[in-house]
Amino acid sequence: MASTVSPDLKRQDVAGYAEIPLSEKQRLFDLVKSDERFPDYLYGCYECGICVAVCPSARFYDFSPRRIAQAAAREDVALLYQQMQEDIWECSQCFSCLRCPRGNNPGGIITVMREVAVREGMASARQALEGYSRIIYKIMSTGTQVSPDMLQPDAFPDWGPEVKDVSENLDLWRRALPPETHHTTATGWAVAERTLLELYLIWFETGALDMIREVDEGLHMILEDIMDERLEEEGIER
Amino acid sequence: MTESPVTMLMTKKASFEREADRRSVDFHEELFALEEAGELIVQRVPDDYVLVPTKYGIQKKIPRGHLWHHKSCGQCGHIPGYSTSIFWVMRKLGYDYHDPKDQTSCTAWNYYASATSNAAAQASVAIRNFAAAHETGYFPLIHCGTSYGHYKEVRSEMLRHPQLRAEVRRVMEKLGKPVVIPEEIVHYSEWFYALRDEIARYQVRDFSGIAVTVHPACHYYKLVEGDAIYDPDVYQGQRTAVVTGLAEALGAEVRSYSTWFDCCGFGFRHILVQRDFTRSFATLRKIEVMKEEANPDVVLTHDTGCVTTLDKSQFAAQAHGRDVGVPVMSEAQFAALAMGAHPYKVCQLHWHSANYRPLLEKMGIDWRAAWEEFQADLERLRSGQAEFLTWEDVDA
Repeated sequence: MASTVSPDLKRQDVAGYAEIPLSEKQRLFDLVKSDERFPDYLYGCYECGICVAVCPSARFYDFSPRRIAQAAAREDVALLYQQMQEDIWECSQCFSCLRCPRGNNPGGIITVMREVAVREGMASARQALEGYSRIIYKIMSTGTQVSPDMLQPDAFPDWGPEVKDVSENLDLWRRALPPETHHTTATGWAVAERTLLELYLIWFETGALDMIREVDEGLHMILEDIMDERLEEEGIER
Repeated sequence: MTESPVTMLMTKKASFEREADRRSVDFHEELFALEEAGELIVQRVPDDYVLVPTKYGIQKKIPRGHLWHHKSCGQCGHIPGYSTSIFWVMRKLGYDYHDPKDQTSCTAWNYYASATSNAAAQASVAIRNFAAAHETGYFPLIHCGTSYGHYKEVRSEMLRHPQLRAEVRRVMEKLGKPVVIPEEIVHYSEWFYALRDEIARYQVRDFSGIAVTVHPACHYYKLVEGDAIYDPDVYQGQRTAVVTGLAEALGAEVRSYSTWFDCCGFGFRHILVQRDFTRSFATLRKIEVMKEEANPDVVLTHDTGCVTTLDKSQFAAQAHGRDVGVPVMSEAQFAALAMGAHPYKVCQLHWHSANYRPLLEKMGIDWRAAWEEFQADLERLRSGQAEFLTWEDVDA
């Protein structure tokens, strides 16, 4: 019996996500296309392959920024759905692909596709962000992305024995930094309390915090509690 | 002697001219029109500035002093000698600055890694930081290449999309802050480039025997490409001039290599949760190629992620017998060393992984003695004689 599955598509039961109706794939693409940045990111494709030649991810993964740009230009919603589940998290977001002679921004299209994948709680987003929760927690709750105390040997064994030296001497070595803002260990630098509250308001007001719920409900609950409590203590309404 | 492929290519392109149809529009007119319309405030570059050329010939103002240091997560977090060196050089040159606590991360590392944010949130974070700088009267100087690139993107989006401006204005009103965009978005490496001759006048160590390779940060010159510095006198204007221009001014020998345009392999999410990719790319496409084609004493770059990736990826590759083992640092640390900075108290090289000691020896620095001096300072902190190392201590 002849297969009705396109030879371009991988088997979804193997890839680990559910098949969905075409109308649902169309809806997901419509969300991508409705982002106001989308028209600035896609002008058509010469199929020249420059974006692939300069792409670091294309060298190590089964990944092609050209396929992304072409699928978006053709509005091939089935292929785009597959890419949202299988490909987009391989992108390095270096934006080398901006060398496109047509002015496309495949990396930008991927940013938007990722955002939709997160907002919709897609399997690929949940999987890609497994093990990443502590980073989201750190950036959203402290206002700095990484902190010195994350340099633990068990977290970075591949970075060499120097990481152990840092972690063993952390407090002392931080005090040996002349800039006053650098004496912290739990944040990259000292962030003022008022500044942090303003950041919390931004997460609430723009819906960024809500996005976390879709990929990690537990983390969302923790972050919301922390932010609500601090804002309430200061008598700030949200 | 046979010319290398890179040299041959550069010679062929000696009469290179940039494509006219890719020329980007000067954003300033639009920015000032929005200010005129009352939509936003443009924070002006302080009067004392240097004019430098950008990719398509538009001149960019780089302020010398009165700067608000927009710090970097990774630099402050795990390469603290990077930001310390930026401050130290600025202090040596006598320019005033403000190191604020009223600053958050640009949050772009997380955004490019996880997409757990959106355009309005990212723009609001940027504008909040710009408003905080504006309140102090100091002009923002961005330490991180990704913050710089992302903020340029935010500026483009704010200029292009009225709906986004309206949303950001609503959020800023809630915060009690105005919408502010600076006249120029300035990366610290542009400051080092613009002031390279002044920096060189303070040089006390001879770097003529030092061979360097430069890794340019993708988010510096690939994002909003028209607003990056290109100088006809550096790489004949074909590559961004920052870092290289400074290294040359300090008398070092800059050597080219064929994967110059490649990224470092940071990958944003990859460096955190998929480092096999990062390590492979950094070593196979960058460090090994540099070693084979240029054999540098040091790799210089100008971004948080690039220093991290190129430095930290080498340890595991060494275990596999790969041809790696070259120190990596920012050009700010390199310039500080040229100006006589202490390798540990200022440049904080003990936070780096690849072996930098042979480089220090080549620079004429006795690293064993320097380490002993640093240990003596640590002892003062340990014993409670002092709580922190101060700027006065590092120059003692």
